[in-house]
Amino acid sequence: MATLRDIKRRINSIKSTAKITRAMKMVSAAKLRRAQEKMFALRPYSDKISEVLSALARPSDEETHPLLKVRPRETVEVLILSSDKGLCGAFNSNVIRAGVKLIERLKKEGFQVSVSVIGRKARDYFRRRGIKMRQVWTGLSGKITYSSAQEVAQELMESYINETFDELYLVYNEFKTVVAQRVREVRLLPIGEIEKDESVDMKDFLFEPSEQEVFNRLLPKSIEILVYRAMLESQASEEAARMTAMENATKNAEEMIDRLTLEFNKARQASITKELMDIVGGAEALKE
Amino acid sequence: MAEKLTLEVVTPYGSVLSEEVNEVVAPGSEGEFGVLPGHVPFVTTLKIGILTYKQNGSVRYVFVNSGYAEVYEDRVLILADSAERAEDIDVERAKAAMKRAEERLKKQENIDFARAQASLQRALTRLQAAEKIGKR
Repeated sequence: MATLRDIKRRINSIKSTAKITRAMKMVSAAKLRRAQEKMFALRPYSDKISEVLSALARPSDEETHPLLKVRPRETVEVLILSSDKGLCGAFNSNVIRAGVKLIERLKKEGFQVSVSVIGRKARDYFRRRGIKMRQVWTGLSGKITYSSAQEVAQELMESYINETFDELYLVYNEFKTVVAQRVREVRLLPIGEIEKDESVDMKDFLFEPSEQEVFNRLLPKSIEILVYRAMLESQASEEAARMTAMENATKNAEEMIDRLTLEFNKARQASITKELMDIVGGAEALKE
Repeated sequence: MAEKLTLEVVTPYGSVLSEEVNEVVAPGSEGEFGVLPGHVPFVTTLKIGILTYKQNGSVRYVFVNSGYAEVYEDRVLILADSAERAEDIDVERAKAAMKRAEERLKKQENIDFARAQASLQRALTRLQAAEKIGKR
């Protein structure tokens, strides 16, 4: 049986673990709030951009923006959004599993597949398995800005226009609630049809340089926004997943402390009883 | 005719500005343009530059980083990648960004020339805007 000192030591070590997990939970809660605030702040901007895009007249066929053009599919790119750090439950394994499934399905359908990743976790996964990645972005999580999303989006759009790939899928964790995150796959490129909103009339406007040109210049913004939003959703999901994981860890630690405290008390009582018996036995022996 | 304009500047980080003003001058991609109340409806894209507006006799400056502008008779809406009032510009950061961009341009190798140039221009324009209100 463990001695009193052993048990005491274990209790102390678990107590400090619980302290750490509790602190991590608080930190995640703060980070989650920040990511949510960013998502909220993006709303007016993204709403307006999509409103304008749907109101503007389309360029004629030969001037169609390359991002709208649909080419025969040969190479399909899959971009997976993971995190840089672990300790966030099934967050990364969920998104990686979904990504790998999509890659396999596309391969089975006979397409070339190229893989790009955001975050160390997905990078390490593919690197361990010797799968080559086209692009890797790391060090973004925690400090996502619109301009960092812009860089990612611009690289993707350039590669699409260069015909490095003909279609682009994004796999990421969507933030539903603090306790529920869902993996989503969305096709980012080609953009496909943007519905024309006839209710907004822009006939009376003067355009500089031209209505079509304004449309073409704004179009990349919609991709930038989508990438930025996906990155924020992923960030919020990561922190929410970590919060839940850390809460569970704290709870488990507390349970263990309770159990060990009980064991400690039992051991202490046993040793007292034993000492008492020794004394009583000694006294009895002296009497005789 | 309306006497005032509502100027709104919106970025992905939220609204930067929403105010009643008398006059706006904005850096359109095809050249600067001024807006007074009663302007014809007008749409253009913006380049990196300084947006100026007059409000009750005082002149104010806002750094805008490319984007889109929509002008109505009594309203100006600006959508920019980023925007800061001259008062809010972090001069030290802009200087550091300028240095970084210059170094990258000097090296000349393995760089995205357009991107480095754009970030240099952003930094320079930020500094210009800050200078206009006497901040260095």
